[in-house]
Amino acid sequence: MPRARVVINREFCKGCALCTYACPRGVLVISRDFNSRGYYPVMVTDEEQCAGCGFCAQVCPDVAIAVYRE
Amino acid sequence: MEKILMRGNEAVAEAAVRAGCRLYFGYPITPQNEISEYLSFRLPQVGGVFLQAESEVAAIHMVYGAAATGARVMTSSSGPGVSLMQEGLSCLAAAELPCVVVNMSRGGPGVGNIQPAQSDYFQAVKGGGHGDYRLIVLAPSTVQELVDLTYRAFYLADKYRNPVEILGDGMLGQMMEPVTFREPEFPPLPPKDWAIRGKGSGPRKWVVCLDLDPKGLEALNLKLQRKYRLLEEQETDYDTFGDPEPEILLVGFGTVGRILKSVVREGKKEGLKLALFRPITLFPFPKAALFEKAKGVKGILVVEMNLGQMLEDVELVVRGKVPVFFLGHTGGVIPTVSEILEYVYGLLKEEIRV
Amino acid sequence: MKVVFERPKTLLEKPFTYCPGCHHGLAQRLIAEVIEELGIADRTIGVGPIGCSVYIYEFIDVDFVVGAHGRAPAIATGIKRSLPDRVVFSYQGDGDIAAIGTAEIIHVANRGELITSFFVNNAVFGMTGGQMAPTTLLGQKTKTTPLGRDPQVHGFPFRLGECLSVLEGSAYIARVALTRPQFIRQAKECIRKAFLTQMEGKGFSLIEILSPCPTNWGMSPKEAVDWLEEKMIPYFPLGELKVKGCNSRETP
Repeated sequence: MPRARVVINREFCKGCALCTYACPRGVLVISRDFNSRGYYPVMVTDEEQCAGCGFCAQVCPDVAIAVYRE
Repeated sequence: MEKILMRGNEAVAEAAVRAGCRLYFGYPITPQNEISEYLSFRLPQVGGVFLQAESEVAAIHMVYGAAATGARVMTSSSGPGVSLMQEGLSCLAAAELPCVVVNMSRGGPGVGNIQPAQSDYFQAVKGGGHGDYRLIVLAPSTVQELVDLTYRAFYLADKYRNPVEILGDGMLGQMMEPVTFREPEFPPLPPKDWAIRGKGSGPRKWVVCLDLDPKGLEALNLKLQRKYRLLEEQETDYDTFGDPEPEILLVGFGTVGRILKSVVREGKKEGLKLALFRPITLFPFPKAALFEKAKGVKGILVVEMNLGQMLEDVELVVRGKVPVFFLGHTGGVIPTVSEILEYVYGLLKEEIRV
Repeated sequence: MKVVFERPKTLLEKPFTYCPGCHHGLAQRLIAEVIEELGIADRTIGVGPIGCSVYIYEFIDVDFVVGAHGRAPAIATGIKRSLPDRVVFSYQGDGDIAAIGTAEIIHVANRGELITSFFVNNAVFGMTGGQMAPTTLLGQKTKTTPLGRDPQVHGFPFRLGECLSVLEGSAYIARVALTRPQFIRQAKECIRKAFLTQMEGKGFSLIEILSPCPTNWGMSPKEAVDWLEEKMIPYFPLGELKVKGCNSRETP
């Protein structure tokens, strides 16, 4: 059971990548498959590394990220 | 019923309050300042709001906001100030918001002067603002009519969800005449379900004046046009006076209508067959009635305190079937009865050919 | 699992129409959160601008009115004077509030109108394609300052927050940015204080929100955030510019 979970709304994400810079653990990267609007959304690489700090969700201008924690 | 001697500007203000107007936003401009000065003490008496805005631009948008909440709201100005309000009026028409605007016209163009004129017919009736919209325009010619039309203005604004302009002039605003405030019986109006008052427990609502979808904007425009057709069918108003079979039909609006009434009376004494046709609604213009009244006349003389504005609408209505002549003064110069009669004699002497 | 962050209900579930990296979405999320937490969504009325965020009425779940460019403060005045017990806010960009609408915002502040105004400052005109704004920085290249803003020709960048702070009617003026989590938390607190300033009858409140505009600055979202921090914040300092404790409507 992971300590924290990051849920990304792929259709809302515009691939601005601000969350990838906000994440202190480098858990987020831009994926290589685009969504229905042509953007390359962000994805979680290693959820085990996520501390559930919520910085990614805080800085996301599209409110496309939800974060949960134990 | 009690008769009170009142100045036009104050009478329209009092009538507005009695018609249920509870908010006024405006900016000082001669010759209508008495409207805002009167409302500055009268509105607080009835729990209403009076606010002097920083410009006519701000005033008309305060009207927009208050109108969006479903309140009865008005503003007043003169030609140059109403020019500043054109953007707001276009927005009010697009958003289908009711409000009343009183224009006590003065000499123009530009800053012009502060004397009475009818310079703003085009601005009011053809729309000084952008887009395919019309204002409902009412033209009183006496202070009593100003009072009566003020009640009607608020009713029409709410009924049709459209801005209404009461087009007066400096003379009407400043003259004092006895008036009675007889509240007319209007049919009941539907509730303002569209008004923005906070969503409460329901879904949110919005009032906007734009649509970025071409089909959507065209649909809105077509809806407005249907409204204007309905206005033309149901709300035109005019007055006639004089010979039932005139040789010359005199056409004028507002205070010119009073002058023309005197011309008809004087002419009758001298054996002339004259009649007056006085449009009261400038939009919707009483086209059918004017066309009827123009049948069989030798000529139409349009008299205005401008240099030919309503003239064009009269020419459009008669479509060349009757010759149309014009006498106008502007800048505060008032046409006189004798001057108009002399012109009429001149017309009758010549062989008027179609 | 515990919720660390979820989209507020008052922010409707639909994708924003803003560019990638634009902070309109963040600003509107914070406003929605504060409205939700204060429990005032049922009696809040927003007044939108003409600009990129003209569609604000699609995103925040409260009643909205949108009128002409620059006139939101006047429209908000009309609404508030008609319905004094509602919470009324306006939301505008640089052109709306600091160019065409300058008279309206100054007088709304001067009257101490009980409304809350939001000013999203991105140093350009966004919607119309990147022309100079009153807030454009010296030397900044825009569509109408292709050689960079020159003070001899175009004057100086306009600090609206400071201008409004000197007016008696202004009760709470703050400038915030949303480029990092701690700024975002501070901004949300300022937004809450602004709404409370209105609700407690203290006077006019304004929050100036610095925002990147990656599209019109010609930068990536990250570059834009960096440029904002390096160039905009030194000229437009963050913080509370005015805090008035007393009720400005009381006469001594």
